Formats: sequence, C-alpha cells, structure tokens
Amino acid sequence: MSGTLSDVRAPETAAGAAGLRGTPSAAASPPTARRVRRRLGPGRRVPFGRLLGPVLLIAVWWAASALGVLDPRILSGPGTVLSTAGDLVSDGRLQDSALISLQRAGLGLFFGVVTGVALAVVAGLSRLGEYLVDGPLQIKRAIPSLAMLPLLILWLGIGEQMKVTVIALGVAVNMYINTYASLTGIDSRHVELAESLELNRWQFLRKVVVPGSLPGFFVGLRLAVTSSWLGLIVVEQINATSGIGYMMFQAQQYAQTDVIVVGLVVYGVFGFLSDALVRAVEGRVLAWRRTLAS
Amino acid sequence: MASHTGELTGSAATAAASRAGRPGADGGSRGPVAGGRAAAPAVRATRLVRRFGGRAVLKELDLTLAPGEFIALLGRSGSGKSTLLRAVAGLDHRVAGSGELVVPERVSLSFQDSRLLPWLRLLDNVILGMRDRQARQRGSAALAEVGLEGREKAWPHELSGGEQQRAALARALVRDPELLLADEPFGALDALTRIRMHGLLRELYERHRPAVLLVTHDVDEAVELADRVLVLEDGRISVDLAVDLPTPRTRRDPRFEEYRETLLKALGVTAEPAQAPSARTGPPQAAAPPAAAVLGVSPASRPHKEKTRHVPQD
Repeated sequence: MSGTLSDVRAPETAAGAAGLRGTPSAAASPPTARRVRRRLGPGRRVPFGRLLGPVLLIAVWWAASALGVLDPRILSGPGTVLSTAGDLVSDGRLQDSALISLQRAGLGLFFGVVTGVALAVVAGLSRLGEYLVDGPLQIKRAIPSLAMLPLLILWLGIGEQMKVTVIALGVAVNMYINTYASLTGIDSRHVELAESLELNRWQFLRKVVVPGSLPGFFVGLRLAVTSSWLGLIVVEQINATSGIGYMMFQAQQYAQTDVIVVGLVVYGVFGFLSDALVRAVEGRVLAWRRTLAS
Repeated sequence: MASHTGELTGSAATAAASRAGRPGADGGSRGPVAGGRAAAPAVRATRLVRRFGGRAVLKELDLTLAPGEFIALLGRSGSGKSTLLRAVAGLDHRVAGSGELVVPERVSLSFQDSRLLPWLRLLDNVILGMRDRQARQRGSAALAEVGLEGREKAWPHELSGGEQQRAALARALVRDPELLLADEPFGALDALTRIRMHGLLRELYERHRPAVLLVTHDVDEAVELADRVLVLEDGRISVDLAVDLPTPRTRRDPRFEEYRETLLKALGVTAEPAQAPSARTGPPQAAAPPAAAVLGVSPASRPHKEKTRHVPQD
C-alpha cells in the first residue's frame, strides 16, 4: 500500500489515509538519500559500438605481422592481403567469384526459406500436415545436410543445381524447426481471444498467427543465413570451377595465404552484413517486443 | 450462431437439443432488441451440465438473465464459475455436456488478464476483428470513454495494468454487446486501481446497459456492483440474492454489511470471532437475510473454515 501511495504528497491526503486504516509505514520510514538501484540490463547502446570487436581483432593481426611475430607463410599480414585484394579486384577475379558465390547462397536461401516456411505453416496449422510433415523433418534435422552431399552429387551431378540444393536443404530445416516451434507455441489465451472476438480464419492468420510466429521466423532466418554460408563454403570446395571457395582452393595449391585470407574476409563480410540486415529487419518488424537488449 | 460453433461432445441428442435452443436456430429471441417481447431473457440456461473427465462441474444448472441486468456470480475456487462463463461464451469446445443455452447475438467477454495482443497497437487491439467501416472511429471513441483518449498508437506493454484492463473493456464495449461476460476482470489489479475500475464499469454499464455476468470472488465487489448476486455451489446456483440498495453504494451502509454477511455465510466462510462477536451469539438464521431467496444449501449446515483472505478487513 505504501508503494502505491509513495507519490502522494499532499499532507491532508496522507492524513486521511492514515485515519482510515492507519498506515504507519509511510510515516515511519526515515528520509534517505535517493539510491539508484544497480542496473541488471546491459545498459545504453553506443552508436557503432558493435564494430568494436572486429576492429580490435584486425588491429591485433596488424600489430602481430608488423612486429614479425606472424610468419607470412602461416598468415599474410593485412597489408599484403589488402594489396592482393586490390590485384584481384583489378583483374576482375574477386568480383566474378563473389558474384557467383552470392548467387548460389542467395538462391539456396530463397528456396530454403520458402520451403521451410511453407512446411512449417502446413504442419503448424493442420493436424494432417503435422502428422505428415513433422516426422520426416525431425529425422532430416538429425542428418546434417552436408552428409547428404554424396547422394546429392549422384542425383544431381556437380553443377549449380546440386550446390543450390545443398544450401537450400540446410536453410529449409532451420526455417522449419524455428517457425514451426513458434507457430505451435502461440499462446492459447490469444487463440481463445480470437475465438471470443469471432475472428474468421483469415483474420486469425493475419492478426494472431503470423505476428505471433515472427519471432521464431527471425531466429530461424538468422540461423538459416549462417547455414547458407556454411553450405556455400563446402560446395564451393568440392568440384567447383568458380566462386570464392574455388579461388581459395586454388590458392591452397600454390600456398598463397594472402588469397586465402581475402576469400575468408569476403565470406566474413558477407556473413556479417547479411546478419546485420536480418537484425535490422527484425528490429523493425518486431518493434512491439520489449526485451532485455532493447 | 457464430459464437457457438464449438460442438459439445455429449450425446448427439442433447447436443442437438442445445443447438436447437440457441437463438440462431429460430432467430426469435434476440434479447432486448427483439421488439414486442420485452420479457425475453438475455440469457437462459436450462439444465446445463458440463463434465470434465467424468466429474460434473455444472449439474443441471438453471440460470436466467434479464436484458440489461447486472449479475455477479460468486463461488469458491473450483465451484464452476469459469466453466459456466465459458459455456455461456461458447468457448468450451470439447467439453462434455448437455442442456439448453440461449444467448444473445452480440456477446463480449473480458478476461482476468487484459489479453491485448502485444504486436498490435492499442486501437488495433480494440477493433480487432471488426469489419465495420467506422471501426477506427468507434474504437477511438471507446478508448476515450475508458479514459485512454489519444493512446491509440501505444503498444500494450507501454500501459499500466489498470490501463490495459481499461483497454480490454473498450474492446468489449466497442462491439455494442447485449451481454458482457467478465471473468474476474479486476482480480489481477491493485486495490486502488480496482476501486477506480469498479466506478468505471458501473458507469459504462449505466450508459450502455448490456446484461452483465460478472464472475468474481470478491463479495464486496459483487454487492457493490450487481443488481443480483448468485452463489454457485456444487454445480448449481445455491443463492439468488437481489441487492436492493441505491446506486452509489457505500460499504459503510449497514444494509451493505448485511448483504455481505449473508453471502459470506452462503460461501461457507465463518467470520472470525474477533470481528463483532456480539452479532454472532444468536442462531445463525435469526437475522433474516435481506430480500434473500436462499435456494438450496442452508449456509448454517456447512461450517467450512475457509480462509477469509478475499474479504477486506476494513
């Protein structure tokens, strides 16, 4: 009671309350200096603060090779890597390879997301769908997509089709697991509300199911993006004749660690930017959520 | 009748009977709007039975609500209050049962929690599912009516518990219900907010005049708000008590006290001896309950020693 009345300042009101029931706690507590509680959340955001870690990593690398601690045969320094990158850009190899890699990852991601979400909706919204779809996908989940590679090569050859399929398989499973979990985890009280307001099926989908399952969708999407890069790296180092992975594989034959590092950096930049993009979209779409990080 | 699409899994014959009894089937009894039939009840439940796993929670319960009547339903935990409310709301899919139930066309339900969808802004929550052209205007008006004008674009989590519950009231009222069902709507609120909400609910009721079925476990709340207080016990209505007090009701009124005593007795709560022992020396039935029709169980014969924690001590 004293908590709810803490901001009542008028003395006559306090006296009235005390007269009614006698609230000694309000009067007895001695005046103390305002004490700010220890903050348990992570604190305020700093602009571009997210870049601190990567910048520090590069600085250490730079320092290590400048001081001669790092043998160039083990790992080339950032200067060498930069100039090699410049050469690769000027002769067009880097852009061509990156574009091909991006295309593979993008196509795999697209087909994987569409398939995964479609299966999750089928399994999440109908019993028959659940019985038909969920079992096989849970089994598939236990088998890494990359373990299917030999079979997929036999079925589809070593062309683009196989590469995109391998990536899409990994993506689809991630999308399915997370979207389905969040679809079936929609609060039954919200379903009851929808029933009491007599929402039709379409309104229920649009106002309750889709927004309710978006958090899981985004978790899935972030995992899926990561898995698409992972799939890409593997398929590009097996029987590829183009792409960043092929470029790195060739560099390995000639012990060009600078080229390998350029390839790694490109993969890293792709991964970082794609994750940042998904996060940005997620933050915008899920603006209604109040979480620890916000 | 859209609100009763859920089939009951009782015997086919009784299920059919219950559906036939619903107003969608004959289109006749539509509560207060049905012209020429002034006496048609807003709600009529006849021999209502609901079972959970073989245990009957409602046992051939009969209940009638007149249009515009404000009824409070009291009962101990597990007495079937919520079961009855959910049956009337048509939300008891897959619950075994039988009986006949007539409810109006437009029924609004408010829950113990506000049940606002966290991803919809306040106005969109209020008009959720409305297909009417003026929905947004009406929603804004309803928000203003509950004291939330200008908060249309707020997210639910930005509101206090009391404000969320007021928004839920706006969502219930914007549909212009003939029957408002409220399942302990103030149970989760703090005492001060609850007092304000009582005033607001009564005020909104006076203005819109829906029939109200308020489920509560707070005897004072029931006596303060309702025209009639029912006590649900063992699956049936055991007490039907008309509260005949002038409407800004005060708990200091001695007759308020009498109603409260009667209801507490009916609920099997024996008041602690510390509280006015002199009033308890005579036989329990000596002080006749005011305007009461104690139907079934005699309160005196059930000396339950339940904790009186829902009874304000002031």
